[in-house]
Amino acid sequence: MASELVWKSSFGLAGALESGDVSAVDVVRAFIDRSGEVDGRLHGYLRRSDEDVLASARLADERRAAGRTRSSYDGIPVAYKDIFVTKGITTTCGSRILGDWLPPYDATVVERCSAAGLLSLGKTNMDEFAMGSSTENSAFGPSKNPWDLERVPGGSSGGSAALVAAGAIPWAWGTETGGSVRQPASLCGVVGVKPTYGLVSRYGMVAFASSLDQAGPIARTVKDAAALLELAAGADPRDSTCIPERPPRLLDGIDRGIEGMRIGVLESHGDAEAEKGVQTRVDEAYTRLQKLGARLEPVALPSFEFGISAYYLIAPAECSSNLARYDGVRYGYRAEGEDIVKMTSRTRAEGFGAEVKRRIMLGTYALSAGYYDAYYGKAQRVRTLITKELEKAYSSFDLIVCPTSPTTAFKLGERSEDPLAMYLSDVLTVPVNLAGNAAITVPCGASPTDGLPVGLQIIAKALDEQTMFRAAYAFEQDLGWISSPEGRPPL
Amino acid sequence: MSVSTTAPYITTIGLEIHVELNTNSKMFCGCKVAFGGKPNTRTCPVCLGLPGSLPVVNERAVEHTIKIGLALNCEIFRSSVFHRKNYFYPDMPKNYQISQYESPIASAGSLDIPNGVTRRIGITRVHLEEDTGKSIHAGGSGRIADSDYSLEDFNRAGTPLVEIVTEPDIRSPEEARAFVSELRAILETLEVSDVRMEEGSLRVDANVSVREQGESGHGAKVEVKNMNSIRSVGRALEYEEERQRRALGAGDVLVQETRHFDERSGSTSPLRTKEYAFDYRYFPEPDLVPFEPSERWVGNIRSSLPELPAARRARFASEYGIGATDIGILTASTAVADWFEQAAVAYGGDAKRIVNWVIADLFGLLNEAGIELSASKIAPSGLADLVKLIDTGAISGKQAKLVLAEMFASGGEPGAIAEAKGLRQESDASTIETVVDEVIAANPDAAAKIMAGGVNTIGFLVGQVMKKTKGQANPALASELLAHKLT
Repeated sequence: MASELVWKSSFGLAGALESGDVSAVDVVRAFIDRSGEVDGRLHGYLRRSDEDVLASARLADERRAAGRTRSSYDGIPVAYKDIFVTKGITTTCGSRILGDWLPPYDATVVERCSAAGLLSLGKTNMDEFAMGSSTENSAFGPSKNPWDLERVPGGSSGGSAALVAAGAIPWAWGTETGGSVRQPASLCGVVGVKPTYGLVSRYGMVAFASSLDQAGPIARTVKDAAALLELAAGADPRDSTCIPERPPRLLDGIDRGIEGMRIGVLESHGDAEAEKGVQTRVDEAYTRLQKLGARLEPVALPSFEFGISAYYLIAPAECSSNLARYDGVRYGYRAEGEDIVKMTSRTRAEGFGAEVKRRIMLGTYALSAGYYDAYYGKAQRVRTLITKELEKAYSSFDLIVCPTSPTTAFKLGERSEDPLAMYLSDVLTVPVNLAGNAAITVPCGASPTDGLPVGLQIIAKALDEQTMFRAAYAFEQDLGWISSPEGRPPL
Repeated sequence: MSVSTTAPYITTIGLEIHVELNTNSKMFCGCKVAFGGKPNTRTCPVCLGLPGSLPVVNERAVEHTIKIGLALNCEIFRSSVFHRKNYFYPDMPKNYQISQYESPIASAGSLDIPNGVTRRIGITRVHLEEDTGKSIHAGGSGRIADSDYSLEDFNRAGTPLVEIVTEPDIRSPEEARAFVSELRAILETLEVSDVRMEEGSLRVDANVSVREQGESGHGAKVEVKNMNSIRSVGRALEYEEERQRRALGAGDVLVQETRHFDERSGSTSPLRTKEYAFDYRYFPEPDLVPFEPSERWVGNIRSSLPELPAARRARFASEYGIGATDIGILTASTAVADWFEQAAVAYGGDAKRIVNWVIADLFGLLNEAGIELSASKIAPSGLADLVKLIDTGAISGKQAKLVLAEMFASGGEPGAIAEAKGLRQESDASTIETVVDEVIAANPDAAAKIMAGGVNTIGFLVGQVMKKTKGQANPALASELLAHKLT
């Protein structure tokens, strides 16, 4: 049985390190042990570096002893979705096509977390190139949901979410394009954040759809998620789409409560209608928010229902271009062929999985001469519509709430033969990516129907993460689920 | 007799010119811009297109492009965006090129070319993009299709590249040549590029079509590539114009195609026909934000533009009274024009004296040595001093040529060189008069002829004076004295 340490929040661990109750080596060893105990069943990691991270922990302890800690989190482990490039450490993005490529540089997120003394325990599993909602599209086999090993953890950041939920890592980085942090966090019963587009540098994040991609933290508590995000947020001269202004201080005023806050409750229907168990828990969450002093009113955002359609034109279009570089010429996997055309075709045929190929073909088609306006152009107009509709809603509301996912975790294989059903997993998250707004998922207990976690999504306007975290924190504290035994998966 | 000289044909030419900018760093990363070097040494994750890397726009490259746009009388876009041009080629790291499509930095301009009569050529657009790497195809013909293997060098990948597209306003190969020459001079004056065609920092592609007079439309458009000097632009287009005229004269139908110019044979041949039409699937580059050059910035760039070649030519004519042909020669390169002007200012007298020395003598030495003016050891002030020595009569024009050759070889001062070589001119009348008297005494027949009105033979006696003084006598003075004594 692994140490109780693994159920502490990073805030708690930072306090224990500060007071000298534990050392970084103790902390890291606890998470290595827990990872060893559960990961055979979860398959959350693609790579773990136990020896390296222990050596790093010893250095962190030396720093602390010498009064030279890099931050209050110095010595706490973290895991990165395998989409973040890590210097000298294999980075696969869940794909065969990158082969044994060794990146010569660290992603900005990794660089900033390392500068704060966070220690990388490993790289986590994901859907290939972040395309998927279950991790079943990983070239290296799916991850499992710690609440039920026959179910998916969600995706594409499923490895990170499953490991955080199982206490195998205190926090981890995922990335979003259409819900890839929030959906798995929701399905695994943890907190996941999609920051405002441009809040976190994309430099060193393998691109899927550049105008949508954004890194996001996954943690067991709202405060930890805010703290991890704060470590990495802020302008980066290497990413032109990064917001140049100083980022908001995410922990400031997080405990000020939500008295008087105006919250819009999304009226959802059609594909976005939640299953009964999910709706029950989310309705309770709304009541709780009201009890905490917020003023709730329904809000209709009719353009949301076109989100998935627009998303599945824009994201594949960008991906068809972003993934063109994997051709076997310079790095990664190469299949032999008599000439350049055959070599490239075979490399891509063998190196990419089915879902990636599907999206490359969709995107190539959407950008083709004669179809551009009808598909890509129109999708961009829908995107503008969604953005404007949300903007208008913010004149009446501080935040908008709805379920994160219409369902709880589904069974492995249940949707893998039906791409459209899989795509609809993201129906409530995708519009936020299209608008570039911020959103968080916070657990609101287990569904009364199947006992699996349900997530409440709280959506905020761009760069209003402070208000978003405040509401999520107030809700989480009042519910008390994550700190109770019910908040731990039976693993 | 060839058909081409009898049938009335109209030639239409449009040019697409790529200019590598001479910024310190590449278009989207901090790697150094330079020519050649050990393969793949000037690369980084960005210009190699490694996973996770992102481009950041080089502001200096945008400034250079605006300069070019302004010099070509273009409108500068208020908001310009980059687009991705998607196609697979092994020397392109990302398999898309970051280029511009709908809103180039500059458009709708014109350039007047001084080709006998001034002709105005429309400029469609001036846009900014990134260069590719370089492929070296081993085996076969040197083209990718039949090579054994290919090597890739990405040192050039990401070099800022400006594309200038003209309207199909050019009517002859000579005009095309003149256009490229004028554009090259402008780019040189703006100091935005090395403009070395042989190194590929200036690359010209041409669309040529010939049609019979009276036919509507432009005729089949033939793209000609691989013209590596201004001279080969003229040669390639002359060949192509003639080929198309002959074909039309023979009743052949011309097809739209791309043809490769071969420097050695002076002819064009079709490139392997494309198996499919390219669809570049342009879309706005999501890794970059639109950039909006402020009016103030563009205004500053405009007011800091240097004097452009056309203005300089006009000034050379009005200020120095130089003829059109000489101006053409002096302003073909900014370096030469600058050099000439420095020498003319240092001299202060009639600039045409400097013109003659530069064109007739200095260029001869440069050609012989096979070097550029910038590499020569003669300073503009040195040439000015040399001409002053002739003016004061200290040395003769003939002696000055010897001094110039020595200045060219060693880089010394003209006065010191003349002295060291014992080159000086005797301009003292009484000294020369003594010699003149001796020469008259020694050549009574010749003297008698002159006295009889045979002025032509005076040259012989001047020669004798020069011979006796070992070339040091001022010949004008000697001639004057002889004439005085004998007529």
